[in-house]
Amino acid sequence: MSVKEWPLWEVFIRGQHGMSHRHVGSLHAVDAKHAIKNARDVYTRRNEGVSIWVVEAAHIAASSPSEKGPMYDPARDKVYRHPTFYDIPDDVGKM
Amino acid sequence: MYAQMVKSTGKGLVAREDMSPEDCAFQDRIDAGEKIEPRDYMPDGYRRNLIRQIGQHAHSEIVGQLPEGNWITRAPTLERKANLLAKVQDEAGHGLYLYCAAETLGVSRDEMTEMLLDGRMKYSSIFNYPTLTWADMGAVGWLVDGAAIMNQVPLQRTSYGPYARAMVRICKEESFHQRQGFHIMMAMVNGTADQKRMAQDALNRFWYPALMMFGPSDKDSVHSAQSMAWRIKVNTNDELRQKFVDETVPQAEYLGLTIPDAHLHWNDETEHYDFTEPDWDEFFDVISGNGPCNVDRLNARKTAWDDGAWVREAMMAHAEKKAARKQAAE
Ligand SMILES: [Fe+2]
Ligand SMILES: [Fe+2]
Repeated sequence: MSVKEWPLWEVFIRGQHGMSHRHVGSLHAVDAKHAIKNARDVYTRRNEGVSIWVVEAAHIAASSPSEKGPMYDPARDKVYRHPTFYDIPDDVGKM
Repeated sequence: MYAQMVKSTGKGLVAREDMSPEDCAFQDRIDAGEKIEPRDYMPDGYRRNLIRQIGQHAHSEIVGQLPEGNWITRAPTLERKANLLAKVQDEAGHGLYLYCAAETLGVSRDEMTEMLLDGRMKYSSIFNYPTLTWADMGAVGWLVDGAAIMNQVPLQRTSYGPYARAMVRICKEESFHQRQGFHIMMAMVNGTADQKRMAQDALNRFWYPALMMFGPSDKDSVHSAQSMAWRIKVNTNDELRQKFVDETVPQAEYLGLTIPDAHLHWNDETEHYDFTEPDWDEFFDVISGNGPCNVDRLNARKTAWDDGAWVREAMMAHAEKKAARKQAAE
């Protein structure tokens, strides 16, 4: 007999030091409450976090690897978006 | 080791001339040290081999809880009990991280579990040996987790992103396992004469099975060459086994225990220990189902799976009912 498989959830955890929630992995659970409970057991056994987000994996929309070129290449030649593009004389002091 | 004998379905290393343009570009990415992610292009063989390897690794973590779980209720002190419980709980976590990594390749955890239970997927031979005394908890942590670490550390650099990330997490947790085992051994060898004898006996029984964890010599394995080209295997089995022996011998000396190998000696020329290979006939026998505990281990997994079926089903049904009710109220 095969039982219907519990859905997959992605888990995001915020650590102690004011960082944003970070993806740590996934797990199976029947609903959000259950997913948070499992995430606490699987991903925070050593004080790794102070806050947990879960989202059902099926609800995540992702960019496609084949769009890599058109998506990210346009940013490549815009060096003027970086501070080092602008030459400021040393005499000006720290800027 | 935890994935000792991953039989690939291909015919060994594919030469560049025989690769499709996509496969060539894929190999270039691996050679450049790039990580392959779930939705990236990958050759079929790469995907299939990884599912087997990660699946075998995951099953080993889960089945590996059984020989240690055997001693949780009989730990000699409350502190040792808490330590062992935490270690076994970690192994459950390791299994889950790895199942998730495998799932990104398009196989489900339930499918993998069913493949374990019907014999299509394997787990490490080491867990088919019994844990007869409390000293075995020391030997297992020290030697078995020690060997596991040796294999897992280089896998943090493996080419498949989700696998490499799972390995990073696992390696962080693993070193406590080995140290708690060594700590048990230290207490045993400094105890009564009987306790020291138990420690020696545990080493005697686990030494060769631990050496087998690295898998047979891969000098002539065609599968191994392809796995290394894909960087889903980083070192040869023999390299890792040698490294394990070199690191473990001084630790045994520290404990005042004797490695059960009359031929073990330091080789000045190679700057490594020479040692006796394990009995490979025994290894093939154990891996094909005839070890002392194979039947017990699989039965335990099967019982857990079957007896838990109604719980999995009931929880899902309850969640669906709640969701439906909530939707109706909106
Ligand atoms: Fe582990
Ligand atoms: Fe471990």
